[in-house]
This record gives sequence, structure tokens and C-alpha cells, in this order.
Amino acid sequence: MVKITVLDRILLSLSILLAAYQIVFGIEGSNQLGIASYTIAFGVLLIAALLLIILGFQVLDSPAVIIISTIIPLSLSLGLISEFFPKYAPGYIIFAVAGFLVVMVSRYFAPKKTATIILIVVHGISGLLIFGLPIYLSVIGTTNKGFALVGIGGGLFGIGGMLLSFLITGRPILPRERILSILPVLMLLTIAAFVAGFALA
Amino acid sequence: MKRTFQTRFKNKIKLLWSLIKSPQTLLLLMTGLAGFMSSRCPWFNFPILLGVAGSLFLAISGSTVLNMWYDRDIDSLMKRTCWRPLPSGKISPNETLVFGITLSVLGVGWALAIDLLFGFIVFAGLFFDVVVYTIWLKRRTAWSVVWGGLAGAMPVLAGRALGTGRIEWVGILLALAVLSWIPTHILTFSIRNQEDYKRAGVPTFPSTYSVPTTLRVISASTVIAAIAMIMAAVGIDITAGQMRLLAVLSSGLIFLAAASMLRPSDKVNFGLFKYASLYMLSAMLLLAAVVF
Repeated sequence: MVKITVLDRILLSLSILLAAYQIVFGIEGSNQLGIASYTIAFGVLLIAALLLIILGFQVLDSPAVIIISTIIPLSLSLGLISEFFPKYAPGYIIFAVAGFLVVMVSRYFAPKKTATIILIVVHGISGLLIFGLPIYLSVIGTTNKGFALVGIGGGLFGIGGMLLSFLITGRPILPRERILSILPVLMLLTIAAFVAGFALA
Repeated sequence: MKRTFQTRFKNKIKLLWSLIKSPQTLLLLMTGLAGFMSSRCPWFNFPILLGVAGSLFLAISGSTVLNMWYDRDIDSLMKRTCWRPLPSGKISPNETLVFGITLSVLGVGWALAIDLLFGFIVFAGLFFDVVVYTIWLKRRTAWSVVWGGLAGAMPVLAGRALGTGRIEWVGILLALAVLSWIPTHILTFSIRNQEDYKRAGVPTFPSTYSVPTTLRVISASTVIAAIAMIMAAVGIDITAGQMRLLAVLSSGLIFLAAASMLRPSDKVNFGLFKYASLYMLSAMLLLAAVVF
């Protein structure tokens, strides 16, 4: 069993502070749907970091982790769509809600292969949006260049998500210890990139 | 000679400090300061702020020391507490009693000198904790926990009453939040140390109503604490950003309470206890931050 170290706790605490800062100050100025979506995304990240500190890495063994972790990319991408492409927001809300429900239901009632395909589709679409949209918006000049950091955060989040998914499905591409040792660093870098990206937008 | 005196003095201070259960005392002190600052009164008046902090610290510490003094016989029977300075014989009962009374008198006296209502509520907290909870009910009924909770709720109510000049509904909601949070603390320990309490003959919720019932009580009281805190925050009119953070933290608390009820385990239950303590500290910091 991999125990959580003091360094892990420090990194996770910093992640919590950054996520809390983003919820309180960092998303002011967005529209209501954007604020709600970003709050949910950073809120889940904050609580996840808090639970890792309190309960240790064993919390990742829970089957609920896959379902709850789906909320982060879905709500973050919904926030981006509602802020920069508001006319697509109603359609994307339907995708986000339906995607989350389908992931949840398939985890318990669908064959394993089907559940994995659904997870890849939902995570893939929302993850690509978080990664691609901020970079695209900053390149075409809709936002400042710094907003591309949100895309980089999305990329880091994707890497973390993949490592975690492989770990939970029992097919880790790296040893469990290695994945767990880099997870707090990855989490901090992801949130830091998000926070910096939104601040520089 | 001088060195020996210094060492003895340092050791004595260390022993006396361990009698006041500093994390718990400082957390309750924080609730009192948050209650005061949440009223948006001109809080940065150094003598008053020092008075609020000092009187509450002394009174809370005093009641904790008196509690330890009275419970020294049962503390010596329990594994969790037998190492404490009093049951382990590192400090004498008389010395502890004098220390506890001195702190209590100084704390309540200082509080009364600042404001009568504030002082009265601080005294009520001390009375509920030492007389009603510790001396009268703790060894008779599992429901003593309610009075322990009520005692713990007094600092925040006192701070708020000092800031606003009266007891109003926001202060009562803040007190309800702390009152509902305290069973999470006491009942979690009573589950983890069931054998200890049994040996000491102290009735607890797990021994009287079973562990599953106790877990349900913990979860329910945690949810009540979160709801009361959110309602108080609405009454205090904290900023939208602070409210979002409080909502997130409260959701985590409710999620963990539900997990503890649906899939009870020692780990999740203890996780809920730790989360609830962090929640209370964070919520109080958020409420105190309205003055900035």
C-alpha cells in the first residue's frame, strides 16, 4: 500500500489553496452558467485533493472515482463553451448532463467494454475541448496568449486522467507507486496552469 | 542552579499547556473571533480584539482544565487518555484545580469587563461544559453530548453578540452549526474507543444505541451543521465568491456524511471527523474574512 508523504500533503494543500482562490476570485466576470460550471470543476478538484490528504491514496480504489472525475472535464468544457460560444451552450449542456448520466449508468449496468468506450468518448470530447479551445482562442487573438495555459492544464489533466484510468481498470502503463507519486505534482501543475491561464486571459 | 530552574519551569509550562487541549481550544477561539468579525463591527480595535481573544482563550482553556481535573479518574482507566499529565501523575490534582479555576475566573472576569452580555454567554459556556456536561450528565446519559455541543457553541454566539450588541438569528445559526459539529467529534471518538468508555463506565451513543445508529446521528448532525452554516453565511451576506467556496466545502461534507451512512467504515467515519474539523475552521475563516 502506497502511503501519502509529507511532500504529497504539501503539494495537495497548495492545490487546494489554488482551487479555492479560483472559486472565490478567479472566475468573476464570467456569465452565470460559466461561473456555475467552473465552480463545480474546481470544487471537485478541491474536494478530491482534500479527500486524498484525509483518506490517502486508497480513496482512488473506489469505483466512484471514475464517475466523479468525469464531472471535471465536462463542467470545465461547459464553462468554456458558455463563455466563448454561448450559442452552442444549450446543446452542450445536454451533452454534458447526458454524458455524465451515461457514464454513471454504464459503470454499473453495461458490459465492461461498452462502459470503457462510453468513458473514452465522453472524456475524449470534453478533454479535447479543454485542451484545444483555449489554445485556439489565444492563437486567433480572442483572448490573451496566456489563456493557452488553460489548454496546457487540460493536457496535463488528460495525462493524469489516463494514468488514473489505467490504474483503476487494472492495466497500469506505469507501476502503481510511480503513478501515485506523480499524481499530486500533476494535480498541482494542472490547477496552477488553469488558474494562471484564467488570470492571464 | 539557574539552568535547573529554567528546565523545570519549561517542563511545567509544557505540562500546563497540554492540559488545555490546544487544537480544540484554538478552534473554538477561532469560532468566537469569527462570530465577532462577521458582525462587521469596527473589529480592528486592538484592545477589544485582544480582549475577545484573551478572554475566550482563558475561559475555554479554564473549562477544559476543570473538565480534565474532574475526569481524572475515568481518564486513568482509558487507553486514549491515561497518558495525560493528570492520570499519569505528572501534575497534582490540586495544582490542576487551581490552574483551571484561575484561568476560568480570569477569562469570565475579563469577558464581563468588556461587555455584560458577552461575559454572560462566556460564563454560560463554562457552566454548560463544566457543571452540566462534565459533572452532572457525562456519566449518566449518552445525551450529555448535546450539552457538550451547547457549551462549544457559546464562543461563536458570544463573539457575534459582542459585535452586534444582541443575540440575533445569525448568531443562533452559527451556534447551531457548532453545536451540530461537536457530536461529530465526540461520537467519532466514542466509536473508536468503545472499550475504553465501557471500562470507565461512561454511557455513549454506540453502547446505548448501537454503532450504526451513532453513524446515522453523526451524518445527520454533520448535514445540519453544513445547512446552518450556509444559512448563517446568507444572513451575514458574504461575497458571492466566498459563498461559492462555502457551498463547495459544504457539498464535500454532505457527500462524506452520505458515504459514511451508506458504507460505514472506521476509515470513512474518521475521514468525516477530520473533514468536519477542517470544514469548521475554513468556514469560520471565510466568515471572518467579510471584514476585509
